[in-house]
Amino acid sequence: MHQGKYHTPPILAQRFLRWFCKPALVEDIAGDLEEDFNDFVTDYGLGRARYKYWLAVIRFLKPFAIKKIHITTTQTIMFKNYFKTSIRSIARNRLFSAINIIGLAISMSVCLLMISFISELFSYDKFHENPDRIHRVISYEQFLQNEPQGVAATSILTGKRLQAEVPGIEASVILNRRFAGDASFQNKTVSLKGLWASKSFFEVLSGFTLLQGNAETALLSPNSVVLTEEAATRIFGTANAMGQTIEIRSIPFTVTGIAKQPPFNSHISFEALGSMVTYENMLKQRSKSGNWLKWTNVGNDYVYLLLDEGTEPGSIQASLDKMSEEENLKIDRFKIYPELQALTSIMPGPALSNNIGKSMDSSILSTLFILTTIVILCAAFNYTNLSVARAFKRSKEIGVRKVVGANKGQIFWQFILEAIIISLTALCIAILLFYLIRPEFLNIDPMVQQATKMIATPALFAYFLVFSVFVGLMAGFFPAVHLSKLKSTNALKNAPGSGLLSRMNMRKVLVVIQFSLSLIFIISATISFKQYKYAVAFDLGYNTENILSVRLQGVDPTKVATAFEAIPAVNQVARSFDLNGLGNGDRTRVTLENSADSAYLYYNFVDENFIPLMEHKLLAGANFESRPGSREESIIINERTLRKFNIESPSAAIDQYIQLIRGPRLRIIGVVEDFVYTDISRNIHHFGFRYSNSRHNYINLKLNPSDLVRTMERVESAWNAVADGKEFQAEFYDQKLQSTYSQYATIYTIVGFLAFITISIAVLGLLGMAIYTAETRLKEISVRKILGASEASLVKLLARGFIWMLAIAALIAVPLSYYLFDSVVLSESVNRISIGITELFSGVLFIFLIGFVTIASQTWKTAKSNPAQTLRSE
Amino acid sequence: MKGTYLGEFQELVLLTILVLAENAYGVTIQDELGSRTGRNISRGALHTALTRLDEKGFITSEYGGATAERGGRRKRFYKVTNQGTKALEESKTLRDQLWSEVPKVALGKS
Repeated sequence: MHQGKYHTPPILAQRFLRWFCKPALVEDIAGDLEEDFNDFVTDYGLGRARYKYWLAVIRFLKPFAIKKIHITTTQTIMFKNYFKTSIRSIARNRLFSAINIIGLAISMSVCLLMISFISELFSYDKFHENPDRIHRVISYEQFLQNEPQGVAATSILTGKRLQAEVPGIEASVILNRRFAGDASFQNKTVSLKGLWASKSFFEVLSGFTLLQGNAETALLSPNSVVLTEEAATRIFGTANAMGQTIEIRSIPFTVTGIAKQPPFNSHISFEALGSMVTYENMLKQRSKSGNWLKWTNVGNDYVYLLLDEGTEPGSIQASLDKMSEEENLKIDRFKIYPELQALTSIMPGPALSNNIGKSMDSSILSTLFILTTIVILCAAFNYTNLSVARAFKRSKEIGVRKVVGANKGQIFWQFILEAIIISLTALCIAILLFYLIRPEFLNIDPMVQQATKMIATPALFAYFLVFSVFVGLMAGFFPAVHLSKLKSTNALKNAPGSGLLSRMNMRKVLVVIQFSLSLIFIISATISFKQYKYAVAFDLGYNTENILSVRLQGVDPTKVATAFEAIPAVNQVARSFDLNGLGNGDRTRVTLENSADSAYLYYNFVDENFIPLMEHKLLAGANFESRPGSREESIIINERTLRKFNIESPSAAIDQYIQLIRGPRLRIIGVVEDFVYTDISRNIHHFGFRYSNSRHNYINLKLNPSDLVRTMERVESAWNAVADGKEFQAEFYDQKLQSTYSQYATIYTIVGFLAFITISIAVLGLLGMAIYTAETRLKEISVRKILGASEASLVKLLARGFIWMLAIAALIAVPLSYYLFDSVVLSESVNRISIGITELFSGVLFIFLIGFVTIASQTWKTAKSNPAQTLRSE
Repeated sequence: MKGTYLGEFQELVLLTILVLAENAYGVTIQDELGSRTGRNISRGALHTALTRLDEKGFITSEYGGATAERGGRRKRFYKVTNQGTKALEESKTLRDQLWSEVPKVALGKS
């Protein structure tokens, strides 16, 4: 038939045929094909023959030959059967199903929130063309030996040097966030928010595109502006905006481009882009000294780089390190370390200040993630617990199935399917709940509201679906394994095997875990609420109301002070080197004259108005007097320092001398009451006010509280008049303080809500268990009753087990949450609430109460039941 | 009577099996059919037909000896059952009957 060498057909094709073809046909077909194959080899050659063989195999993909058909029919039949029995079993045990579904739905709604939140955050900034190659330069600022502070910005100098000196960068853009103001065009004024951007903006951040204009040249020349579509319509209506001239903050700009609206999931957003050259020219005019090009000028400028393909970010980082080493030598006290940050790790990313737009801490994200996982686990425990408990009732069904021929796998999948049906039902309710709680969640924190919209997209629903199937698998796994392992003989005898009893302990453990978690949540919520109220109401030792602190930024203090004093609503003006309560400060070693003791003394240089303005209480002595000259003579110390040097009373300290190491010898002229110099989480330090005429960084204004808005405007215009073009930077004291402690408020809202949810879930679970126990022991109770047991003793008998579990849960949760807050969350805080019996046990009491009511309602019903009724049948 | 309906291709396959007598298996049937009809018959189509015929009970099959040219696989020889022969005969009778009643005019053989 054929000559020459014998050839084997392609092995993969043979294997494929064996895989899909009915076993009865395989041998025949494969044989025929192989015969054909060898004929083909002689006729057409090996290559064509192989190709023809493959083709022939594929042609056999016809219904008559495919194996699956045969198997699928049984599978569909079994699936239908599982589905039917599952639905019936769910319907038969309405109460238990309801408990499961409600518990799962509540916790799932929280998880859905989390899923939509996380998936939205991770979609950020992915719309640019090469997100992996885009990086931004951020800075870590270190003041003396303090903890370095992360800043999202960097200096213009860094950007310029990177452009000029460092290879491997395809393009880079320098941005400044201060391009905002009123734009006017023919008597029409519109307020715009935007950025100054250098020419390569659209090259680096390629996700932003121009609808009109040339992306390469739009930001090239001075006084050019690019508007977003929306901003252009606001200003020009339907007229064409291109080439028109508008005035922004009294500077004429020509519109050179219309940009597409930046997507919501971009951490940078803008309504207008001004060309960076314009800004640089402005800066050059304002300050002849070239201040704006200083290494330390970190605050409002951002640098984004598009690296060359194949450039390792590490090599750019190395150049940055070298640059900072050079530049840090030239400056005093401060150190600045620039660092490269990938675009994809900005949102969510590390906590940084001076963000260009939206920001979200990744630590917040992981905390929320852990908390929601705990919540969903609690609900899954409920399902596991109740299903295992009710395994009894299902054992006959399983026994019959096994006798008829079901194998372990089939029983396993049956119960998994049941769990998935429950969790899908729960998903429907959870989606409704999700829409209910979504607005609340968005309101928790302004940061959340800025970052997410949580609009349900089809992809999101797909995630939800996958999630709920996963939850079903998770919740159903343990019961399915347990039930599929039942021996048919045992199952049919209806005698609970010893295995079943050992599961009881497992169930108890799960209940204990649930209640421990609920207790931890409720205790945490109580403690953080107390700490927040404590922190906000804490007496710092000085006045914080209506005090505005303006950063001098090197502007002549006397000139500014005179300008501010002229404003009628400014009651007092005081200058200082530093601010109270900012967390950092200078310190020096000091000794008391005639004493061997030395101490670190924190100090602040102030003028004679500072102590009255801040309303520090002088315990002895007097305030500084206005004195010209730079020679330092006197100091005002705090009580803490007195104690350190063993001076009995404030008045005894007056006129003693303090020697500063490598510094002057100062006479103590006053003693102030202790106050919080750094922040309330830290100890009160040894502290001294020193007097100086010149070393001031801040001007503090005590404002008249009526009509603060107008006053602020006046203060700002007064500043602009004297400040040589420096930005006006001012902040109210009390606002600053409140934002410092708002974290406690956010913690207690979130934890409180989660506590509510876990408690509801745990109580639902407890209710289920109590009902179940009461049901199964109904006959036993009746017999006991007939023999003379009192109702009270029966309730005690039934409830004892549960009360034990609650007690154990409390025993675990109370020390754990005490430890958590005492040694972790609040451990750094010095001024904090003491965690006492009330904080720890009010939650425990609450949960015990709910638990007792739940158990008692069920056991009481059972204990009251009429034995004649329950024992009649059988 | 859908179950016993004999399609045109199936009829051809049955007849080929009869013609081939003792040597009717996949490859030979295909070759025979191919050469007689001049049609290019695919393996898949042939096996579909064989499976249907088997389901209807018109053919039976048994395995022969293993051969090297089939990679050590056995040949599956097909035989037409009595039922199959009957079906063929019925089909032939039906056709003959119809042929006999066709008016000569219609055939253009006046």
